[in-house]
Amino acid sequence: MMKISGPDDHSPASGRRRSLLTLAGAGLLGAPLAPAWAQFRVEVSGVGAKQIPVAIAPFQGSSPANADVPAIIRADLERSGVFRLIAAQGGALDENSRPDLGPWRERADALLTGSVIRLANGQFDVRFRLWDTLKAQDLGGLSFPVAAADLRLAAHKVADYVFEKLTGAKGVFSTRIAYVSKNGARYSLWVADADGEGAQAALTSNEPIISPAWSPSGAQLAYVSFEARKPVIYVHDIANGHRRPVATWRGSNSAPAWAPDASRMLATLTLSGNSQVYEISPNGGGNPRRLTQTGGIDTEAVFTPDGASIYFVSDRGGSPQIYRMPARGGSAERVTFNGNYNISPAISPDGRWLAYIARLGGAFKLQVMELSSGNIASVTDTSDDERPTFAPNSRLIMYASKIGGREALLTTTLDGQIKTRLASVPGDIREPNWGPFPR
Amino acid sequence: MQVSNAFESQARRLTRLAAVATLSAVLAACGSSVKLEDAAPVADRSSNGLAGSNGSAGANGVGQRGISGVQADAFKAGQAPANVERVVYFDFDSYAVRPEFNGLIDGHAKFLNGNSQRRVNLEGHTDERGGREYNLALGQKRAEAVRRALAVSGVSDSQLEAVSFGKEKPAAQGSGEEAWAQNRRVELTYR
Repeated sequence: MMKISGPDDHSPASGRRRSLLTLAGAGLLGAPLAPAWAQFRVEVSGVGAKQIPVAIAPFQGSSPANADVPAIIRADLERSGVFRLIAAQGGALDENSRPDLGPWRERADALLTGSVIRLANGQFDVRFRLWDTLKAQDLGGLSFPVAAADLRLAAHKVADYVFEKLTGAKGVFSTRIAYVSKNGARYSLWVADADGEGAQAALTSNEPIISPAWSPSGAQLAYVSFEARKPVIYVHDIANGHRRPVATWRGSNSAPAWAPDASRMLATLTLSGNSQVYEISPNGGGNPRRLTQTGGIDTEAVFTPDGASIYFVSDRGGSPQIYRMPARGGSAERVTFNGNYNISPAISPDGRWLAYIARLGGAFKLQVMELSSGNIASVTDTSDDERPTFAPNSRLIMYASKIGGREALLTTTLDGQIKTRLASVPGDIREPNWGPFPR
Repeated sequence: MQVSNAFESQARRLTRLAAVATLSAVLAACGSSVKLEDAAPVADRSSNGLAGSNGSAGANGVGQRGISGVQADAFKAGQAPANVERVVYFDFDSYAVRPEFNGLIDGHAKFLNGNSQRRVNLEGHTDERGGREYNLALGQKRAEAVRRALAVSGVSDSQLEAVSFGKEKPAAQGSGEEAWAQNRRVELTYR
């Protein structure tokens, strides 16, 4: 592997907003933008972000307007916060070229070349090759012969390849997210690419939908639907639309969370009258096993990646705070101490970080805690943050907030320096959950 | 171009192996991609030149993105007793039924006691501030307070279910105390 240093420094630091640049305005794009990208925003704040300069040569051939492959690759790489995209003009480079890397070396550590060619059978062949300009080394290339409908996915996979070759960590651009939209009185549960594009509705309803949670395999979504005029947890096979209610107990059933091995789930039930954390079966049925024993509120439980512990919210100390306890129950240890409202815990897949929402002076703000040190950083400029969810590589957090009075989804790097607003379907957008790496 | 490291060399062996015929199965796990040889010209641009990966996209990896959408059924509420209000309002950060709603509780208790086959859901709601799941738990506290008040009035437990909508179904839109006061409530919905 080449030695382009990755962003080792993940210590969160409150970033100062410096500039807002749109992809269109950034001058990085040789190709015209597809209309869907008009609402895409990348905000870079703070100084000293270590970003790897990467040049993308104009791809030979052409993509359909609704899936501009090099533009999607550029946007992916930029959104990660790890790369600085370098304008690349001229030449007629593609994946077969052996470019003179000398001139490129001045400006970029890596050069991506490629092409998108329409095949005789109507498919498109997306090809690329990545060069280490410093070592004049071929970092390999791939060909993705895909249907037009899968061009976006092919572009995301190219970005994943570049990310992994240059940082050593897996890319998340070809992963999927789930979120909920409210448009008028209509609620929809969507599955979309990690950049928010290509959304497809898995469920539509006239009653609210909240708390989607991907199964560890990425094949199913658990969520809470109010279609029965009460909160009920469903598990939904997204490929075929088959779904089953798995928690329909008397009272409210909410806050589903999967064990890492998918053998069991956590849920908040109200069988005792108050909201308590239970272990239930993802197949439904059986007897729920109560894990918390208070007379107040215990909810929003999530497993740690090793499945050994759970983090959850409890008001046992007089205000909602985040606690940790053994996954099978036992004594709980308080994790958050600042302020009197800390909710919605999310643990990074690498187990190093806790993201949560704190109420600070009347505003609801995304916080990132390094678990080993207990250091906390407030990483947003917004004041209605909700429901953080980590990318499967632990490098980004997606969350819901309000922008200009509308609910929207955003991503941030853990240090708060790079933020993006996701493209989305119309309406208010909320309740994001980031899916796993494809298996 | 020289093979740059062991990984590349292994990948090249894989490519050659793939060319024999097992390619689509081997590559299904990594998204139906085909490894390009080192930057020697890739002469054949036709789909046949890509050794059997052609057409596999729909069935493997890259093409597995279909979503089958579902429409949830609508719920129909049952007939409520006439001449009795159906909404109990709560103070900020409070989960106690105010005395002014004693008459409302009595009215529903009489109806339920006289119609033992009828059931009612006590739907707790909060204002918009805070997280969705935590507000669901707070709404449950309000619903539970109304359930207890009806139980004290002799209504059978089997006729009552306390549930919560949290902040999901505000009665009044907008922010500010006027809207919030209308949203901190329990609605009695007959099934």
